[in-house]
Amino acid sequence: MTSESKPYSGDNADGAPLPAGGPNPPHSHSGPNPPHSPEPETTAASAAPAGESLARDAWRRLSQNRAAMASLALLIAIVVVCVIGPWLLPWGLAEVDWNAFGTGPTLDNAHFLGTDANGRDLLTRVLYGGRISLSVALVASLVSLVIGVLYGAISGYLGGRVDNLMMRFVDIMYSLPFMFLVILLMVVFGRNIFLIYAAIGAVEWLDMARIVRGQTLALKRREFIEAAHALGVRDTKIVTRHLIPNAIGPVIIYVTLTVPKVILLESFLSFLGLGVQEPLTSWGVLISEGVDMMESAPWMLLVPSFFLAATLFCLNFLGDGLRDALDPRTR
Amino acid sequence: MTQPLLDVDKLSVTFQLPTGPVTAVKDVSFSIAEGETLALVGESGSGKSVTSTAAMRLLPELAETTGAIRFNGENLLEVSAKRMRRVRGNDISMIFQEPMTSLNPLHRIGRQIGEVLTKHKGLKGDANRRRVLELLKQVGIPEPERRFSSYPYELSGGQRQRVMIAMALACEPKLLIADEPTTALDVTVQAQILDLLKSLQTQYGMAILFITHDLSIVRHFADHVAVMRQGEVVESGRTVDVFDAPQHDYTRMLLDAIPRGRKAPAPADAPVMLSARDVKVRFVTHRRLFGGNAYFEAVRGIDLTIRRGETLGIVGESGSGKSTLGRALLRLLESEGDIRFEESDISALDKSGMRPLRSKLQVVFQDPFGSLSPRMTVGDIISEGLKVHHPELNRRQREAEVIAALEEVALDPAMRNRYPHEFSGGQRQRIAIARALILKPELLLLDEPTSALDRSVQVRVIDLLRNLQQKYGLTYLFISHDLSVVRALSDHVLVMKEGRVIEQGPAETIFTEPAEPYTRALLKAAFLENEEVAA
Repeated sequence: MTSESKPYSGDNADGAPLPAGGPNPPHSHSGPNPPHSPEPETTAASAAPAGESLARDAWRRLSQNRAAMASLALLIAIVVVCVIGPWLLPWGLAEVDWNAFGTGPTLDNAHFLGTDANGRDLLTRVLYGGRISLSVALVASLVSLVIGVLYGAISGYLGGRVDNLMMRFVDIMYSLPFMFLVILLMVVFGRNIFLIYAAIGAVEWLDMARIVRGQTLALKRREFIEAAHALGVRDTKIVTRHLIPNAIGPVIIYVTLTVPKVILLESFLSFLGLGVQEPLTSWGVLISEGVDMMESAPWMLLVPSFFLAATLFCLNFLGDGLRDALDPRTR
Repeated sequence: MTQPLLDVDKLSVTFQLPTGPVTAVKDVSFSIAEGETLALVGESGSGKSVTSTAAMRLLPELAETTGAIRFNGENLLEVSAKRMRRVRGNDISMIFQEPMTSLNPLHRIGRQIGEVLTKHKGLKGDANRRRVLELLKQVGIPEPERRFSSYPYELSGGQRQRVMIAMALACEPKLLIADEPTTALDVTVQAQILDLLKSLQTQYGMAILFITHDLSIVRHFADHVAVMRQGEVVESGRTVDVFDAPQHDYTRMLLDAIPRGRKAPAPADAPVMLSARDVKVRFVTHRRLFGGNAYFEAVRGIDLTIRRGETLGIVGESGSGKSTLGRALLRLLESEGDIRFEESDISALDKSGMRPLRSKLQVVFQDPFGSLSPRMTVGDIISEGLKVHHPELNRRQREAEVIAALEEVALDPAMRNRYPHEFSGGQRQRIAIARALILKPELLLLDEPTSALDRSVQVRVIDLLRNLQQKYGLTYLFISHDLSVVRALSDHVLVMKEGRVIEQGPAETIFTEPAEPYTRALLKAAFLENEEVAA
């Protein structure tokens, strides 16, 4: 429901305070669409202590969303396991068990999720791969978030010639073939894991910049932006306090879409020999290896796929929860 | 009276929301005879639109409807969905408030009207085209041949509403439901559309269910009236009876909700607060590489002077450039010409040069739903100006100022931690006024501050503005298309049309002895004389 749909316009005596927890729903109809009535919890939210920031307010609302909280917990668990797991397991990343080539999950020799065709412990490799995949996802998404949001908001807000120039630059970046960019970077900097971060980050922020610019163009005509001008608020503050918070909904949705995209992009690079190299691995690489062995050793596909799917699943729920939590109108 | 055409009998509509049932319409009964006009009047949220939507069976599935809506004796709440589709458009049709959004922007208007004819009458090809042209002519569209293949964006608001009417009339319905058909239009256009509906009504002999919040229209337009409040009909009867001798307190309150009184004049020797010479604003419409750009001149050379404590009313229809002028005077838009504020020239100041003056020049905008950032608390919104102009204040001091400002506009200070969406339109407008007041401004630009509000709420906001002006000696630049509000608040009035001043002078002179035909047309279209008689 948008702000224009006047959820609570109504015949509340003007000026009279609304009763706690929102206006009387029976008297606040302004059209055939029933308005969202506030949840019972909002009484507590409305009586929040003074000076509370949007972030704290959002956190309280997020913590009331069970799906989002469960996803967050699972996500943290996956990250923690990936970080400390490999130290607790008896097998190393490239350590070959000469007694177990391609065995299924078993308790013998602590191959809890089996081994791959080369006799390396699958759980260990999945956890190592998780480190790579998650860190690429994190860095690339953050880069796209920060650069894209700032670039898009500034371009849209300033408008005119500046906007034109900034957006033409984005168009040029778009038209560069991704592979060409990666090979170019590799020639300059040599083979390096950070190259993947840089290459993916350099491409992913373009979409974000376009999305945010579109939002900004729509927002900057709104009267609250004009009101901020009339108050003498500086441009930087208008962008950070008014434009970006109001554009956050689509941004979060897009971030949750970026993460899986980035993880797959990394496995694509690795597949071409431009990404992580053996013995180092990532979820994408493990999955593509698993696909080859699908008939003889299905666990090789299922285990990394499960980790990837669980992560993406959690991110989607968390993203939805965040979008709702950051919008005061949805409570 | 013979059998009524539409008989609404004890209609109740309840929305089954996740949070519990909400009753929007309670035991509403009324009836319309053939060829008659019934006005359903009420403020926003009174359930008038829900009632009419129920008659078309267009309510969302969440809605539970009880009672009966009989059309020619047939209960529309019980007929099959298939039968209902035939009734819609064929027997009952509807026009809406927003002519901008109720036409499909991607189809030519001839085709949109023709579609209705194909569906309900089976008219195709040439016969279809002929009928469409006839309809366009009937609703007064100039050059129907040419307009037949126009897209909606090529038409003005009034013309679009005419196209909507043509679509509604295509199958010669027996009942036309008009849901605030003129609210989004200028007063002169509004009068034309009402005249058109009246003449088409006699021509087609159809009944009209007219939904509006505007009582002056009802008085001129409807035979019968039903006043709704919080989902119930509180009073109904012949329009003359209801208007002359209202029985219910609520009706009396509505009829009474006319901005009254006149402003106490400011002393004639008060110092000049703001003056402007030959202000021009133009927008680039086409950028060309060679041969200069194409411009649209929104304001074409305006002079004005406002003295301290005065209110200057700027009147005009949409597109007359009045809002552009207001923004240019406050240097929110680039303009040519000379603008002086308290003797000093501000027309050449840049953004940072204007900043110290911003606290003295404040604005209240029209749309109380758009002028407050939805992601900031009311307290943050109001205190934002303080952060810019009084950075020396700490948080507690700012909070004290916010509380004082909220009390000033008669809002409960405890509500400062809530978000704007929790407030009604009138309350939001008070928040916007508080945001301007907290900086202790000298000049307040009020850009249609009451247009989006219900009449009874309008009157309270006007009272508030008037009190604040007296208390703090504020100077107002008041922009409005609503003449009765301008009359109640202004010392001087400036009538604008197409970027120029048509007429200006003291408010009383403009309203009692308008010199220009355009001003006279505006006054006539606003049905102002009658309201004044009622007052």
